[in-house]
Amino acid sequence: MNRETPLVLGIETSCDETGIGIVRGRTLLSNTIASSMDEHARYGGVVPEVAARAHLEALQPSIEAALAEAQVRPEDLDAIAVTSGPGLAGALMVGIGAAKGLAVALDKPLYAVNHLVGHIAADILDAEAPPLEYPTIALLVSGGHTSLLHVRDLTTDVELLGETMDDAAGEAFDKVARLLSLPYPGGPEIDRAAASGDPDAIHFPRGLSRASDRAKHRYDFSFSGLKTAVARWVERCEAEGALRQAQGPVVPIPDVAASFREAVVDVLVTKALDACEERGCRVCCWAAV
Amino acid sequence: MILAVDTSLGTAVALVGADGTVRASAATAGALGHAEIIGDLLRDVLAEVDPAEITHVATGMGPGPFTGLRIGIAAARAFALGRGAPVLPVPSHFAPALAHLTSDAASTPFAVVTDARRREVAVSVFDGLDADGLPRLTAETVLVARADAEAHLAGTPYAEVTELAASDLGRVAARALAAGRTLTGPEPLYLRSPDVQPPAPRKKVGA
Ligand SMILES: [Zn+2]
Repeated sequence: MNRETPLVLGIETSCDETGIGIVRGRTLLSNTIASSMDEHARYGGVVPEVAARAHLEALQPSIEAALAEAQVRPEDLDAIAVTSGPGLAGALMVGIGAAKGLAVALDKPLYAVNHLVGHIAADILDAEAPPLEYPTIALLVSGGHTSLLHVRDLTTDVELLGETMDDAAGEAFDKVARLLSLPYPGGPEIDRAAASGDPDAIHFPRGLSRASDRAKHRYDFSFSGLKTAVARWVERCEAEGALRQAQGPVVPIPDVAASFREAVVDVLVTKALDACEERGCRVCCWAAV
Repeated sequence: MILAVDTSLGTAVALVGADGTVRASAATAGALGHAEIIGDLLRDVLAEVDPAEITHVATGMGPGPFTGLRIGIAAARAFALGRGAPVLPVPSHFAPALAHLTSDAASTPFAVVTDARRREVAVSVFDGLDADGLPRLTAETVLVARADAEAHLAGTPYAEVTELAASDLGRVAARALAAGRTLTGPEPLYLRSPDVQPPAPRKKVGA
């Protein structure tokens, strides 16, 4: 095996995207993604069984496409890597089954990789990118997870400081988008609506941010209370609008979107900075994925 | 030589010659742990032969519990891709059917029944072997309520199968290959929709 710049094929199936990556050392040769997002859109969120079925369908063609794009043959690979979690169990299993089949067929080593660590590693894949400065606090935000990590060494020493107790930040965006009758996925829609809104118009609650939360949930997140607060606010608006028989929009969507987003970002940034200070890290890397 | 993989019930792997002779097999029973064990079982059977001899990979396409079933299909497909070998999809029920129909106790018609969870069973009725020596289905495999299975079968002898021999699956694949036939498509035999409904209209949370 080429230890300086090993040729590795990675398989990622933890959520709704079948991802096949091929790297030679720190050079990305292919990043092939098949998404089942369209199939989930009508359900307003990722459906595990739909995702798992789509992974099985997409895997073989995706691996073939990645190999073709990278212009390598299976037998050229030095190792196989696979997301071992966290993620949707049924979806993860498809990738793990495939990774084991491929590794045995090629008689090459198989590496199980934590999905969150994979996200951080993606930042240093670009050969031009500066190397990760240790130690660092990493904040990962996506539709699937909201996690805060203390990274002392990417391959050997990553500590999960906290994560969401209920919805991921991205999920909260999806749910609030649905409350506001905006399409799925909610992130970009909320962003668009928020652009013309006032982030200070409504004060929505900041989850797990009270002084009493510091002992047990200093670095954990919770967005379900926020989502409920938005729902109540919207319902009250609608009820008052009906009484007044208002013309035009009853709910000031830009203000709700902007104030909701402000509440989410406020919690994320505050907790990340708190971790940096407590752990003595100068660097905080932010990955919205 | 055919590598056969099935995870519709337990986890089962075998190597079968083009003439149907069984070269190696390894299996664990139980509907869990497929992902943990599949790699080891593949390594075990491959240790007995030169992997270069493998010309085809047969995969059991179910019916079976979805998550487990997919692990075997994914492993088989990726293995085939790695070795540049074609995949032979086989309905899993054909394996116990062939075992029965080629045994001394063979009788027809004969039904294969497997547990499908949620108080249902998957049922395939075969009326014998066709000219290619392959089990012949009298109708598509169906799900029926366990309580209604006896009535559905109306006296047809059946076996409720809880363990499947990958060697039998490999023998089915060898016969299909010799006859130039493809037994099923690339879609697993789920027999059930993904079991989801679009979200109900927004619930009131109360003001
Ligand atoms: Zn992710």
